[in-house]
Amino acid sequence: MTDTLSTGVTRELDENALLDAYRTMRTIRAFEERLHDEFATGEIPGFVHLYAGEEASATGVCTHLDDRDSIASTHRGHGHCIAKGVDVKAMMAEIYGRRTGSCHGKGGSMHIADLSKGMLGANGIVGGGPPLICGAALAAKQQRTGGVGVAFFGDGASNQGTTLEALNLASVWNLPAIFVAENNGYAEATASTWSVAADNIADRAAGFGMPGVIVDGFDFFAVYEAAGEAIERAREGGGPTLIEVKFTRYFGHFEGDQQTYRASEVANARENLDCLKRFRSRVTETGQVEAAKLDAVDAQVADLVDAAVDEAKAAPKPTAADLETDVYVSY
Amino acid sequence: MARTISYREAINEALHQEMERDESVLVMGEDNAGGAGSPGEDDAWGGVLGVTKGLYHRFPGRVLDTPISESAFVGAAIGAATRGMRPVAELMFIDFMGVCFDQIFNQAAKFRYMFGGKAETPVVIRTMYGAGLRAAAQHSQALYPLFTHIPGLKVVVPSSPYEAKGLMIQSIRDNDPVIFCEHKAMYDATGDVPEDSYTIPFGEANVVRDGEDVTIVAIGRMVSVAEEAARTLSSSGVEAEIIDPRTTSPLDTETILESVENTGRLVVVDEATPRCNLATDISALVAKEAFGSLRAPIEMVTAPHTPVPFSDALEDLYIPDAQRVTNAVKTVTEWKS
Repeated sequence: MTDTLSTGVTRELDENALLDAYRTMRTIRAFEERLHDEFATGEIPGFVHLYAGEEASATGVCTHLDDRDSIASTHRGHGHCIAKGVDVKAMMAEIYGRRTGSCHGKGGSMHIADLSKGMLGANGIVGGGPPLICGAALAAKQQRTGGVGVAFFGDGASNQGTTLEALNLASVWNLPAIFVAENNGYAEATASTWSVAADNIADRAAGFGMPGVIVDGFDFFAVYEAAGEAIERAREGGGPTLIEVKFTRYFGHFEGDQQTYRASEVANARENLDCLKRFRSRVTETGQVEAAKLDAVDAQVADLVDAAVDEAKAAPKPTAADLETDVYVSY
Repeated sequence: MARTISYREAINEALHQEMERDESVLVMGEDNAGGAGSPGEDDAWGGVLGVTKGLYHRFPGRVLDTPISESAFVGAAIGAATRGMRPVAELMFIDFMGVCFDQIFNQAAKFRYMFGGKAETPVVIRTMYGAGLRAAAQHSQALYPLFTHIPGLKVVVPSSPYEAKGLMIQSIRDNDPVIFCEHKAMYDATGDVPEDSYTIPFGEANVVRDGEDVTIVAIGRMVSVAEEAARTLSSSGVEAEIIDPRTTSPLDTETILESVENTGRLVVVDEATPRCNLATDISALVAKEAFGSLRAPIEMVTAPHTPVPFSDALEDLYIPDAQRVTNAVKTVTEWKS
């Protein structure tokens, strides 16, 4: 193990681990910014919800996870998929509706999943994931794998009964579950300051007998630290935690959203509230990672995303033969 | 060796044998043990009508009481199923699907297709349906057609203790999500059931009774109603063939069509309300695929298009009975073009 970071981060990340985390965040950012551009060309079908600006959350949490662990995601799920190790090219092909996609073109942006990676799916239903994660956590507990389940959900889902039921059940059953409320300020076009009848989503944890933590979502290390504590506690049988990650999204609810409900905070966020910029300045200032190595990651990621788009565009679409397959294991 | 046991005991025995055989089988639901956190005895209820009684002590840690949070625990059962478990969750009354349907039809039912064939969700949702216990509008419905409508779900409606045991064991071993619909007025019904474990395959109808004059397709508890009608009809010289599809999804269309091709007449008996139910579904199938064989218009015997009433005077009118089935059979056998 190498140096710890000087600002209170006790869980050590060596240079390789820091580069991995940076690569994940950069991949998410590049993937989403490219989709933003590509969507504007009209070539991408359906609804696309971008995670840009929120990278530190998925990455800070998933850096702690391994193959024993499961996550459930949201309609804004690309970042969670990438952070849990889903193949980036297969994701891009899926978003383009291609047969080579993660789900053979049958799922699309809102349903990318890879169960072999413990990624139980992006989810088109707000609040769909938390009950499922109770089940993943229950399975890990029954199977004694030491695994955990992590439910990512938004401020909108924090008001869904499914989420509140799942928080209660996770406590009652003492499950190894972590609930990550990603509060990006808006449920579609409605401000969370209006729709959440509490000062903080994390305050609700008290009502379910579990710890609640608030973290700065633009700070990878803050998320990493809070998630590390919660995951360690869960693995040791200490039960669930609710973590509220506060940040803002860089793009609209979906692509095409004119965002007339927002003020000028977006431009400000991109300039001053950027998890990648913060990460870079921090690790270069502490001397943990050389800037040139981060630059190299940027270049590699750009190439990967270029290749992913090129391959997706060239890939075949599903055919009529695929329409009625895979409804059941057997029927 | 078969002995006579009840529908309730048959389901309990199936759960018992499968939990014995496969430790990934879990049972969960409201009061499935009963008494969690209470000062009195554990396993106080074994389910609200006693179907899971005795499993709690036999299989420690594998029978889980739940809060009254159907979305959470049905969802948890589904999530656990994607992670290698075979949970059997009890949605106490089928009417309660209203508070957890998203997890069933948007999540469990769609994972396999939506994820490109890479998910398996071997969950069983046991639930009781049906009228007859004066349980009124929110505890008495026959909602299996709603589940049958959803691609990705399998729907089982056992008509006897024998069917209940074999179909439950098949449901647990099946790798797709299964909705297992138990008629609450049948729990004390008895019948011959083998002690040994056995399965009844899905999508294979049972020809309950042979007959040449009319085909009666009956679902769940309506099978015994059809049998009662058939006995009466037989004494007046009309022989009804009764078909129990056993599962509404998949549906054994072949057995139904073959029978109608032979008898030329069809009566469908379905406890569900009449719009978009199994009666309309099977009637449409036969009208399209066996039109040339039909010698009379199809008759459907169903509940009326109303909620289930409370008063016994009304509920008895609501539920299809043998007299209505007999009348429907007379209509098709006496029909003149």
